[in-house]
Amino acid sequence: MSEAIAPEKEVTNVAVMNQLPSGAIRAESPLHHAELDKLAARNPRGGGVILRELKLLGHLTLRGSQDNASFMAGCAEVLGVALPTKPLTSVDNGSVSVRWLSPDEWLAVVPMDQAFEIERSLRAAIEGHFQVVNGSGGQTIIELSGPNAVDVLKKSTILDLHPSQFPVGKVAGSVFAKASALVRRSGEDTWELVVRRSFADYIWLWLQDASREYGLVVKA
Amino acid sequence: MSQKNRLQSGGRVDRSKALTFTYNGRQYKGYQGDSVASALLANGVDIVARSFKYSRPRGIVAAGAEEPNAVLQLGATEATQVPNVRATQQELYNGLVCSATNGWPSVESDWMGMMGKLGGKMMPPGFYYKTFMFPQSMWPTYEKFIRKAAGLGRAPTERDEDEYDIVNQHCDLMVVGAGPAGLMAALTAARSGARVIIADEQSEFGGHLLSSRERIEGKPAAEWVAGIVAELAKLPEVTMLPRSVVNGYHDHNFLTINENRTDYMADKAPEGQVRQRMHRVRAHWVVLATGAHERPLVFGNNDVPGCMVASAVSTYINRYGVVPGNKLVLMTTNDGAYQTALDWADAGREVVAVVDTRSNPQGERIEAVRKRGIKVITGSGVIDVQGKKRVSGVSVAGLDAKGEKVTGNVQQLSCDTVASSGGWSPVVHLSCHAGVRPVWSDEAIGFVPGPSVQNQLIAGGISGTYALDKVLAEGAKAGQEAVAKLGLAASEVALPNVRKVSEGTPMALYHIPHTKPTSRAPKQFVDYQNDVTAAGIELATREGFESIEHVKRYTAMGFGTDQGKLGNINGMAITAAVLGKSIPETGTTVFRPNYTPIAFGAIAGRNCGPLFEPKRFTAMHKWHVENGAEFEDVGQWKRPWYYPKNGETMQQALDRECVATRESVGILDASTLGKIDIQGKDAREFLGRVYTNAWAKLAVGKCRYGLMCGEDGMVFDDGVTSCLGENHFVMTTTTGGAAHVMEWLELYHQTEWPELEVYFTSVTDHWSTMTISGPNSRKLLSELCDDIDLDKDSFKFMDWREGTVAGVPARVFRISFTGELSFEINVQANYGLHVWEKLFEHGAKYNLTPYGTETMHILRAEKGFIIAGQDTDGSMTPIDLGMSWCVSNNKPFSYIGKRGMAREDCVRENRKQMVGLKTKDPKVVLPEGAQAVADTKQPIPMDLLGHVSSSYWSANLNRSVALGFIKGGLDRMGETVYYPLADGRVIEAEICSPIFLDPKGERQNV
Amino acid sequence: MLHIYCPHCEELREEEEFHCSGEAHIARPLDPDNCTDAEWGEYIFFRKNPRGIQHEMWYHTTGCRKFFNVTRDTQTYEIKEVYKIGEQPKVVAEG
Repeated sequence: MSEAIAPEKEVTNVAVMNQLPSGAIRAESPLHHAELDKLAARNPRGGGVILRELKLLGHLTLRGSQDNASFMAGCAEVLGVALPTKPLTSVDNGSVSVRWLSPDEWLAVVPMDQAFEIERSLRAAIEGHFQVVNGSGGQTIIELSGPNAVDVLKKSTILDLHPSQFPVGKVAGSVFAKASALVRRSGEDTWELVVRRSFADYIWLWLQDASREYGLVVKA
Repeated sequence: MSQKNRLQSGGRVDRSKALTFTYNGRQYKGYQGDSVASALLANGVDIVARSFKYSRPRGIVAAGAEEPNAVLQLGATEATQVPNVRATQQELYNGLVCSATNGWPSVESDWMGMMGKLGGKMMPPGFYYKTFMFPQSMWPTYEKFIRKAAGLGRAPTERDEDEYDIVNQHCDLMVVGAGPAGLMAALTAARSGARVIIADEQSEFGGHLLSSRERIEGKPAAEWVAGIVAELAKLPEVTMLPRSVVNGYHDHNFLTINENRTDYMADKAPEGQVRQRMHRVRAHWVVLATGAHERPLVFGNNDVPGCMVASAVSTYINRYGVVPGNKLVLMTTNDGAYQTALDWADAGREVVAVVDTRSNPQGERIEAVRKRGIKVITGSGVIDVQGKKRVSGVSVAGLDAKGEKVTGNVQQLSCDTVASSGGWSPVVHLSCHAGVRPVWSDEAIGFVPGPSVQNQLIAGGISGTYALDKVLAEGAKAGQEAVAKLGLAASEVALPNVRKVSEGTPMALYHIPHTKPTSRAPKQFVDYQNDVTAAGIELATREGFESIEHVKRYTAMGFGTDQGKLGNINGMAITAAVLGKSIPETGTTVFRPNYTPIAFGAIAGRNCGPLFEPKRFTAMHKWHVENGAEFEDVGQWKRPWYYPKNGETMQQALDRECVATRESVGILDASTLGKIDIQGKDAREFLGRVYTNAWAKLAVGKCRYGLMCGEDGMVFDDGVTSCLGENHFVMTTTTGGAAHVMEWLELYHQTEWPELEVYFTSVTDHWSTMTISGPNSRKLLSELCDDIDLDKDSFKFMDWREGTVAGVPARVFRISFTGELSFEINVQANYGLHVWEKLFEHGAKYNLTPYGTETMHILRAEKGFIIAGQDTDGSMTPIDLGMSWCVSNNKPFSYIGKRGMAREDCVRENRKQMVGLKTKDPKVVLPEGAQAVADTKQPIPMDLLGHVSSSYWSANLNRSVALGFIKGGLDRMGETVYYPLADGRVIEAEICSPIFLDPKGERQNV
Repeated sequence: MLHIYCPHCEELREEEEFHCSGEAHIARPLDPDNCTDAEWGEYIFFRKNPRGIQHEMWYHTTGCRKFFNVTRDTQTYEIKEVYKIGEQPKVVAEG
């Protein structure tokens, strides 16, 4: 166990680890090798679908019971926003967003360099039974926007994306092509896909293929 | 002059846009708006096929999806070949190339046809069963011959480069069919704001109105259609899908639609366009407005080219401006078909006679025909057709009142076209897909859909309603009903004005008798595509096939690509008549998806080529590729299998990797192992319940191997779980078992033990895991890690430590799957490749050797370690695996697997147990899967003792090693068993301990 | 393809998001060690497989990862009700 960690109560019960190197070591996001920055530099002028990777963010899975008042209050205090309890919704607070995953599970997306501090603060603030897991290396977010983004999504997921059924802020985990993704509508024409690292390359290839007829613009 | 049957004016074709196409190698002309069928008829092409069994010439019969004969091979190039295209549904485009599917060497002069008379006798119903099934080994030969001669189309041998895809849709109301009923339903719902999808197989909406001369609201029907279509197009929540066949109607209102997006334009899809798109639609409500197919009548030689369905003749005249002949004889059982005689006469060609099976038909259309001076022969039927490649005349005879017997004299009429109508068959196919059995309606003289449990409504022809005013009303009513069910506000939709036409009662007649008994009469075809005749059905029934499902299978009725759309009801009627039963008593056959044949491309969509299956990569994948790894699929993961260097064979590479690891240090990318983060005060208790061994005392900083069993006591997964904190563990699972284990843990937590305070979260993708293994692994690690005391006494085997490796915070686990000193380094995957590359920078001096899954398998087999899923198959208990050390029966809770393992069969003597196997000849490697016997001289079937589950060449031991199962094996050490192989060899092996190397485990404890 | 209401996500979703987990209400015996082989076999192997009303457990694999129960007619595939683990069905087979 790391001696470097402050002697707080979780140290004996739970191993909390700052996973970021202190030196200048380049982090590689799941789509690092797709070289999106190079593609962005030689983009076509226009296209109906705009793609970028919201890369290297801190992903914290929070699990706890809504009946655990300390858990709900602690999360609200540390994240600056209450966990959404309405199924399939999300909330934003500046650089923090929280997505409902299940009645006892949420995904908090935070700046990568704050993930460790937030985890420690959550553990300090919460009593009772809960789980915090740093999964930042295991997933990434692909943002799709543009007028045809929804058309590409309709080729990829069986979710009903009509605005009456999928308003801005809604979140749903579903099958995506032959993998899976957590889909959020972050704006009228903007969508975020949380995808697993190991599937990111497949989904990137899929999205390129499915957006071909509309024209794909990659943004760095 | 080409297009001899084309009218100067009329129809929906654009005579200013001439198109050229090629049929059977000859060029023809048609117009924009033609179907291939209408263009062929315009050019006077009579023969489009040779029949399947008798090789008789066949012509175009129908004008829509029900066409049985004009089934063409389409495509200008090899890559764009499409078989089984119905000429009636294929729109003509410039440069289209097609040919008749069957007939060898050609449809005009056909080899099978020359021996056709013999073939006819040779091939009664049940012919395939009786003749070709034995000897079974000859079937492929027969099949090849039959297919070549009869032809079922052929698939392209080159890759189709066109793009296909699949789109998911949702709607409040799905309307299938855009004829008058469908349009009214869609309009009614759309005006209320419903999300509506309306699909139709034709290029234009309107259904039969496109072929009709009826008037709606005082305007030609097509004008009314155009108005409705224009309004629908303006409504934002309406999706209109022309050229889209609703091919399947599945559970809970799920429909699959095949949209043809470019097949009507060109041989190959224009650049950037999708050729066909499958829409997967989930609808709250469905209105089936699929209409009806007209039934031809069954009579002698009714397959001679020139015999057509009456409404199809009208369609060719009214929609395409093509009159498919000069002299028409029309036979009908109903008033509606009289319109065809009027259409024909109005086109300026001769109607020889209308033959009505009814003795005293009365109705407006009949009067109109009589007024035109057309001869109407009542109480009679066409009993036979003359002509070979085209109708030259018919025999007409009087019938009795029920149409069962010929009564009057036979008269001959000269003609080149025979149109017939036996009434209409509602298109119930889709409702059948959803599990609804059709019910007989005496009023409609046809099967209509029975009640459905789905949110389904029907309107128009499908419900047996054929009068236009009633069809429109039903469509509007279905739309209103859907609106109400959806909870939307009703909207105003006025029923359009149409003129009602008075009609007489139709006659229920299917099969026109001949002067001779059916068995001796000229062939009377029921199913054109499979050459099923009335006599064939009678024979089948006489042979005892009384259920319609049996008749169907025995005669092959309805088994063609047209699925019996034209013939099935006639076939049932004939069966019923032979059995002396009614049609509903005889039953009906049901239909399955797809409604019409569909291209494989449309089913596959984008899931082909590199996107056929997801490929999962680790953070170090790029390195593996750059370093020449060969990959193995493990689930969806691409794992390095081995890394051949300088032209090595696989075995040479493996030998090098195995030796390097045991002599110095090797490295494995183990990131694919499943990893589950477990937190909660009851985590430890939970582990004790799902693993077979004890977890109560595992201290923080320690790791333990565990076996997971099902409730049956059989091992299904294994892995190392480490205690990160008192209430915090990280579990590893097999690569392939990760998802299943996660679900398993959730299952037991959610359904059996919700009181336990524990949460599980998958972290498989979050950690990059690299295992350095071998005597120099500690030295290598020490060069990159200065904050963990790596001393063997402070960082012991089965300990884990947190520290920094190559500058990156890491968890290092001292666990081993090779039996060597090993460290498993875990870092956040964003830094995985960095740490991996740093290890190589420092590892060069130790000859750090990357190894893949195959070397991992060999190294662990040398140590006798199992791989769950390879050495286990769901029938092995931990005891069978010789792993009783991993089973604790002192735990207070009866963990999963404990009771199962105690079952009578699990504790009996002589179970198959895992042992090592040493071949007598050390150079011989046993094949995995080989079965052991004690005595090779025993008679077959021999008593099999068990199989080889893992077997390799071990370079380190300079011999083969194998793990396998032997009945009572643990008590048979040193005994010899034999493995007889399929190639005749027998391999002799000695039963031994599964631990071939370092039995005391000293190498990993240094 | 079934359209299944997830009681946790509170909306209808497509079948491919779910995994059927077999007959519902198969409780693990509280004292396995004192079960006879027959009783244990009954628990792990034998299922009703009825024609008609069946209660079955489903797992929302790609969604909330929660198990729940579905009452379904095995002949028509009609889903009669959906209820959470620990709850009892309202629709049951007659007789």
